[in-house]
Amino acid sequence: MLPHENDRLGPHAVSVRGVGVILDRNQIIAGIDLDVATGEWLTIIGPNGAGKSTLLRTLGGLLPFAGDIELFGTPLGRMRRRDRARLVASVAQDPVVPPGMAVVDYVLLGRTPYIPVLAGESAVDRDAVAEVLVRLDLERFAGRRLESLSGGERQRVFLARALAQGANLLLLDEPTSALDIGHQQDVLELVDKLRRDGGLTVIATMHDLSIAGEYAQRMVLMAGGRVVAAGRPRDVLTQDMLALHYQARVRVIDGEQGPLVVPVRAGD
Amino acid sequence: MTVSLPRRSRAGAPPPSPERRASALDQREGRRAPGRLSLRWLLAGVLAVLIAGLAGLALGPVGLSPLGVARQLLDLVPGINIHSGLSTREAAIVTDLRLPRVCLGLLVGATLAMAGGTYQGLFRNPLADPYLLGVAAGAGMGATAAIAAAHGFGDAAVAGGLGTPVLVPLAAFVGALVAVALTYLLGATGGRYRTPAVLILAGVAVTSFFTAIQGYLQQRYAETIREVYTWIMGRLVTAGWHDVLLVLPFAVVTGAVMLAYRRQLDVMSVGDAEAESLGAHPRRTRLVLVIAASLGTAAAVSVSGLIGFVGIIVPHTVRLMAGSSYRVILPLSAMFGAAFLALADLGARTLTAPDEIPIGVVTAFFGAPFFIVILRTSRRL
Repeated sequence: MLPHENDRLGPHAVSVRGVGVILDRNQIIAGIDLDVATGEWLTIIGPNGAGKSTLLRTLGGLLPFAGDIELFGTPLGRMRRRDRARLVASVAQDPVVPPGMAVVDYVLLGRTPYIPVLAGESAVDRDAVAEVLVRLDLERFAGRRLESLSGGERQRVFLARALAQGANLLLLDEPTSALDIGHQQDVLELVDKLRRDGGLTVIATMHDLSIAGEYAQRMVLMAGGRVVAAGRPRDVLTQDMLALHYQARVRVIDGEQGPLVVPVRAGD
Repeated sequence: MTVSLPRRSRAGAPPPSPERRASALDQREGRRAPGRLSLRWLLAGVLAVLIAGLAGLALGPVGLSPLGVARQLLDLVPGINIHSGLSTREAAIVTDLRLPRVCLGLLVGATLAMAGGTYQGLFRNPLADPYLLGVAAGAGMGATAAIAAAHGFGDAAVAGGLGTPVLVPLAAFVGALVAVALTYLLGATGGRYRTPAVLILAGVAVTSFFTAIQGYLQQRYAETIREVYTWIMGRLVTAGWHDVLLVLPFAVVTGAVMLAYRRQLDVMSVGDAEAESLGAHPRRTRLVLVIAASLGTAAAVSVSGLIGFVGIIVPHTVRLMAGSSYRVILPLSAMFGAAFLALADLGARTLTAPDEIPIGVVTAFFGAPFFIVILRTSRRL
C-alpha cells in the first residue's frame, strides 16, 4: 500500500486496490494500489509497455479488470456508462479526427452523456460548448474543420471536448507527445490552470520526464505492469531509479519547479 | 545547480467577457453551425423530391402538363376537389400507372441512400454501401433460386400457385436477411476480435458463399440466366400499388430508426473506444442500425432488384455539398436519394422507349460522371 500523504487534501477522487487487467490471456497490469486526492495532478511514467495506458484506460472504465476501483466513492463497475462519462473524461493518446467535422461539432460530442440517445442537444448543451470554446480560446476555430488545425490547436480542441463532458476527473494519455516543446508547455499550463480553477483531478501518462516532473504533484513509476515507485517527483525521478527501470543513463538536475532529467551518452 | 525555465502563459488569459461568450453563441446559431440541417438544404431536398416526382408523373410516352398532373394529385387528397383538366384516360395514366411507380422509386431511393449513409457511418468506411454485409448476394441467390424453381416445377406449382411476381421478391427478401444474419453471427459474436473490420470481412465471405451458390444455380438452370440478369440489373416493376404497399412499412419504420440514430452516428465517428468513453454504446448502436439498414435494403431490393450506386453516391454527394454530420447526411440522403431514383427511373423508361433500360444502368451511367464532377469541384476534399 502506498503512503497516503495526500489524505489531508480531501476525499479521494480515485481509489484503486489490487487491480489487474488481463488482455488476450496476457496479464498487462497486476496488483495496482493507488489513491489520487481530489484536485491532485498525478503523472504516471514508465518505459514502453509498462502498462501506463492500460491503467489509464482501466480507470476510464474501458477495460474489464479484477480488483476494486472507486471513483469519488462509487465503485466503477457499478456505474452506468453515461454516469461514468459525466465523472471521467479521457483524452486518448492519438484521438480519432473525424474527417470533415467542425470544431464546434466535435466539442459538442463531449455532451453525449447529457443528451438522450435519440434526441438532439439542448440549449444547455450548446451553452456549455460555447463556454468551453471561449475558455480555451477556440471561438475563432468553431466553424473550422478539425483536420485543418495544427497539432497544438487540435490538442486544445481534444481538451475542450473532454471539458464539455463536465467531468471532475481528467485522464490524459500522453497529452503532449505530438507537440513541439513550446506547445507542450502551453497545453500543460492550460491543464494546470483548469485543474486549479475548476477543481479538476488530473491523471496523465507522460514520456518527457523533465516536463512530467514540473507539472505533477505526485508521480507513479510503472514497470512490468506494476507500480515500482510512487511519491513526489524528486523521490521518483532519481538517477538510480531511472537507470534501473528505463535502462537509461541520465543526470538529474535540481530545477526550480522540479527535477530535470537530462539524458547523457555513455562516456569512455 | 538550479535551472529556471521561461514559461509561456497563453493559458493565463483573463476570464472571457460576456461579449466574447455571446459571439461564440452567435457562431453556433448562425452560419457556422455545420452539424445542423439548414433550412436552405431542407427546402432544396423537398424541392428535389417534388420536381422529380412531378417529372416522373408528367413525362413518358404520353406527355402530360405538369400543372394538370399537380392538380390531379391535389384532387386525390381527401377533402380537396378540383378539376385537373386531364382526360379520364390521362388521369388513369397518372394515378394507376405512373404514381405507384414514382412512389416506389422514391421509397427505394430514399431507403438505399439512407442505408448506404448509415453503413458508411457505422463502419467509418467511405466505401461502405447497403450491400456491404451480404444483402445483395443473399437477395440475388434467393431470387435466382425462386426463378429456377419456377422454371423447374412450373410457375403455378411454386408458392401455392402465387407465381414468380410474389415468389421472387419473397425469396430475395428472405435470402437477404439470412445473409446479413449469417454475417453478423460470424463477424460480431463469439470470436475474440470483435472489431467492425471483422464484420466487413465476414460480409465478404458470406457474399462469396452466396454468390457461389447463385452461380451454380444459374449454370444448372441456364434458361433462367436472362431473367436473373434482368432482376439483378434492377427494375421498378409496375404491378400497381402492390409493391409500394409491400415496401412502405419497411421503408418508413427502418427510415425512422436510422434517422433517430443520426446523432449516435456522429458519436461513433470518433471510433468505438472514444465513443464508449463518451458514454455511448457503439456495439448496441451498430446492431440496431445493421438490423434497420438491412431490413430496409432487403425490402427495397426484393421489389426493385439490385440497384447499385445510389447507396454510395448519394450520401457522399450530400456529405461533400452540405456537411459531414450524419444529422445532415441522413435526412438529405433520404430526400435526394428518392429524387435521384425517381429521375433515374424516368430515364430508364423513356430514353429508349418503348424498351426499358435497367435502372441500375441508368443510375451508374449518369451518376458516375456527376459524382466525378462533384468530387473534383468540392472544396471539402
